[in-house]
Amino acid sequence: MRNPLADKVVEIKPSGIRKFFDIVSEMKDAISLGVGEPDFDTPWHIRDEGIYSLERGRTFYTSNAGLKELRQEICNYLQRKQGISYDPLTEVLVTVGGSEAIDMGLRAMINPGEEVLIPQPSYVSYEPCAILAGAKPVIINLKAENEFRLTAEELEEAITEKTKILILPFPNNPTGAIMERKDLEAIAEVIIKHDIFVMSDEIYSELTYKEKHVSIAELPGMKERTILINGFSKAYAMTGWRLGYACGPAEIIKQMTKIHQFAIMCAPTTSQYAAVEALKNGDEDIAQMRTAYNQRRRFLMNAFREMGLECFEPYGAFYVFPCIKEFGMTSEEFATRFLEEEKVAVVPGTAFGDCGEGYLRISYAYSLENLKVAIGRLEHFINGLRSKEK
Amino acid sequence: MREELLAIIEKNSRIDLKELAIILGVEEADVVNELAAMEAEGIICGYHTLINWEKTSNEKVSALIEVRVTPQRGQGFDSVAERIYKYPEVRSVYLMSGGYDLMVILEEKTLREVSSFVSDKLSTLDAVLSTATHFILKKYKDHGTVLSQKKEDEREKITP
Repeated sequence: MRNPLADKVVEIKPSGIRKFFDIVSEMKDAISLGVGEPDFDTPWHIRDEGIYSLERGRTFYTSNAGLKELRQEICNYLQRKQGISYDPLTEVLVTVGGSEAIDMGLRAMINPGEEVLIPQPSYVSYEPCAILAGAKPVIINLKAENEFRLTAEELEEAITEKTKILILPFPNNPTGAIMERKDLEAIAEVIIKHDIFVMSDEIYSELTYKEKHVSIAELPGMKERTILINGFSKAYAMTGWRLGYACGPAEIIKQMTKIHQFAIMCAPTTSQYAAVEALKNGDEDIAQMRTAYNQRRRFLMNAFREMGLECFEPYGAFYVFPCIKEFGMTSEEFATRFLEEEKVAVVPGTAFGDCGEGYLRISYAYSLENLKVAIGRLEHFINGLRSKEK
Repeated sequence: MREELLAIIEKNSRIDLKELAIILGVEEADVVNELAAMEAEGIICGYHTLINWEKTSNEKVSALIEVRVTPQRGQGFDSVAERIYKYPEVRSVYLMSGGYDLMVILEEKTLREVSSFVSDKLSTLDAVLSTATHFILKKYKDHGTVLSQKKEDEREKITP
């Protein structure tokens, strides 16, 4: 029989998380600090609106780009939160999660052989999506000494004549790093100088604990060269609704919408109605969840200090990224032994890029009670390792 | 910090002070001072426990009693409310807008205790015009806490 598969797809490495997932799911009594989604339920008024839309029989397709009312609310939201104004008719596309927006954006913008800059550690889908779009992914290894922020020097060094897009994944999964205005200004200067574009994945924009999130699209000269990606999963605890959006220059959104129309048709209608409610009346929910995350973040940072585990203080998302280099194990060895011996699942930093070696991603999308139990076990584990060394 | 502190201890008054200080990002002494200040100001009125008495398998009941009263000259509703809330069996008394004046709540009483309270004590007060007693059949949610179910974490254990 002929080879049924596409080489390009077969050659893509499976997600590093997948392997770990298989081990964990066989351990019934394991507790996990490994999830990348909120522990909160979607606020009831939002769920209720979804249910209501079903009761009303709103089970049809929406327009390809998404409900007009939703696109308008997205524009209102971005105006209110970031001070950026987009045209709901031509500059917004509602997608199936932020993930689809990443895929569509790359497919709409990349010509074969053009380079996409991907700072790592970062979310697992950028590199495969870039490859599938025909791009050459170019990895920028972020450094702990810079708190895993992207610097202008690192960016400058990675740019070639073929560079087309920089992916800017902040607030960052898995490190929790953020980019402040001054950091973004330095980046923007390089971007404009080399005439490249930015795909800014801001899915964690509502979860910052130092200052309000700044989008690179706010900076002068950047809106016209930025695809801003955001969504409802993290801010409103709506992961399962699969709803996100992309905003950007009309000519790019138009082409993204074209592929979206053929590949997806439209984002789920129920989710879109619920999302309208989220944007209209959800600011208070976000504030409450953010407060809870911040309490847990402080709890973890304090626990790491007390057990002498090195970790820079992250100000975004719901992850901490402690360094485990002192134990002389790879991230994967550490995570595997920790799981086997203490029955706690964390994700090895290497799942998010080679430069995540020596780090672990610990999620605090868990109640304080759960975190306390898990962190107690972490302390027990590393104390054991340290006493053996002596 | 006040609002955040109150939100935490309203849900968990047994949390220890050191932990409170850590999750609020302040010094322990600040937490102690703030709590003392709010106790003194009467903002914090007690540290109670939320109990689902239905699970203790006793046969007692809880009642909401709507009470219409005649306000007293110079004192409005306060003096009649006081006469009512001084009975130790009364759990709560609220002044209400709408069709009646005072909402009186009795909890964990036998049917006989409730009826004797209403007929012998409450109704015989001069200021009381009428009462309507409602028994609580089941409590689903109290003080923001759903009493019946414990929720399992159904998320996948590892996700990117």
